[in-house]
Amino acid sequence: MLIGPLAMVFWRTFEHGADAAWNALTQPETIHAFKLTLLIAAIAVPLNTVFGVVAALAIVRRRFPGKGLLNAYIDLPLALSPVVVGLSLFLLYGRDGWFGGWLERNGIDVLFALPAMVLATVFVSLPFVAREVVPTLREIGDEQEQAAKTLGASGWQTFRRITLPAIRWAVVYGVVLTTARCLGEYGAVAVVSGRIQGETETATLRVEERYDSFDLAGAYAISLVLAVVAVLVLVAMIVIKPREESG
Amino acid sequence: MAALVWESSKEGAGGFWEVVTSPQAVAALKLSLGAAAVVALVNAVVGTVIAWVLVRDEFPGKSIVNSIIDLPFALPTIVAGLTLLALYGPTSPVGINVAFTRTAIVLALLFVTLPFVVRTVQPVLLELDKEMEEAARSLGASERVVFTRVVLPNILPGILSGVALAFARAVGEIGSLVIISGSLPYKTEVASVYILTRIEGGDRAGAAAVAVVLLVVSFAVILGIGILRHFATRHEAALEER
Repeated sequence: MLIGPLAMVFWRTFEHGADAAWNALTQPETIHAFKLTLLIAAIAVPLNTVFGVVAALAIVRRRFPGKGLLNAYIDLPLALSPVVVGLSLFLLYGRDGWFGGWLERNGIDVLFALPAMVLATVFVSLPFVAREVVPTLREIGDEQEQAAKTLGASGWQTFRRITLPAIRWAVVYGVVLTTARCLGEYGAVAVVSGRIQGETETATLRVEERYDSFDLAGAYAISLVLAVVAVLVLVAMIVIKPREESG
Repeated sequence: MAALVWESSKEGAGGFWEVVTSPQAVAALKLSLGAAAVVALVNAVVGTVIAWVLVRDEFPGKSIVNSIIDLPFALPTIVAGLTLLALYGPTSPVGINVAFTRTAIVLALLFVTLPFVVRTVQPVLLELDKEMEEAARSLGASERVVFTRVVLPNILPGILSGVALAFARAVGEIGSLVIISGSLPYKTEVASVYILTRIEGGDRAGAAAVAVVLLVVSFAVILGIGILRHFATRHEAALEER
């Protein structure tokens, strides 16, 4: 049930020969879509990595009012429909939205442009790093950090020399999951991008556009590339997981 | 989020109610919630069985199977939808054509939600002390009693939080459904697709109203998981104090 789909994409892509698949992939709009997807991921992944580590540290090591809220906020994107996320951004940044009017007067395009797509992607891929790092932080405890502090290490030094090495594989694992989600996001981006071909169309939107235009070979060829990336992600997870567990 | 509630309340409570109870919105919401409930139930059983097999049984290729479980997380949902259409659509190589039916929706949802229960039950099973089960057996308990009285109470919080996540994901799922469901109003149009169609059609109030319903469902699920987690950690704390 799980392998079947992958074999199927492979077969369907090359059904009409490798040339057809290659032509579909080298259309300028398709190349642009892949570039855009990578660009969004390149912005969203580092942002979420920093946020995830900071949020995890705050949740495990600190006590502060609103901690429960932060915890719930991190789970929210997992439970919420991406379309609802997209719609919220749409209503905030749209022409008569809360910030939309001000943005328009100042000539800043957010909706149907890169900023909204990055915002949407950041939001839906927010939880992954934090959710991987929180259990690891709990596991390692704070004795070593306390020791470093009594020996006169600054907060930043303690983090860099003690905490970061201990959580590094959890962070990497979270980054892999975040990247997969960023590259594959559909719902939220579909709402806020406006799907302008060659401008705001990402790889996943391009798959649907090709399908709707009855260009099945094209749709399958793009899908194959995305599926190959997914398999690479799985391989990365297999390699990282044992290291994370052994610390 | 606030903007969403604001937009849906612009027309007043009456307007909101009118949109949410419009036949098409009701049909879409019913379908989403119904399909998600079916999927959550199937996951509760199948996910637990898979987790059990992965933890307790040894077989060649186990580590590969273990990794493949995560495939639906790694694969873009639109790709999942397209490939399911290829597998179970009009040109199906296995002779099953369920494209654009509710069966197809449930199949797609099962595919994307499969890892949740497996991944929440697995760690609990790994930690579970086999001695308890052996003690129960040596005291003459049958296999069924061992499972229902010893194993199940331990893994139940895991199963429930996995089911809750799977349910939430299934209610809001869109990527894998846009292609395979066909999005026929009243028949195979799920709530998330309904919202997307409304936005693209310029009906923002209609989209926002249904979105608020989904938002409430999501919050309820998060709250439920929070309560479960609270009980689970309290249970652990009590054990440690002993």
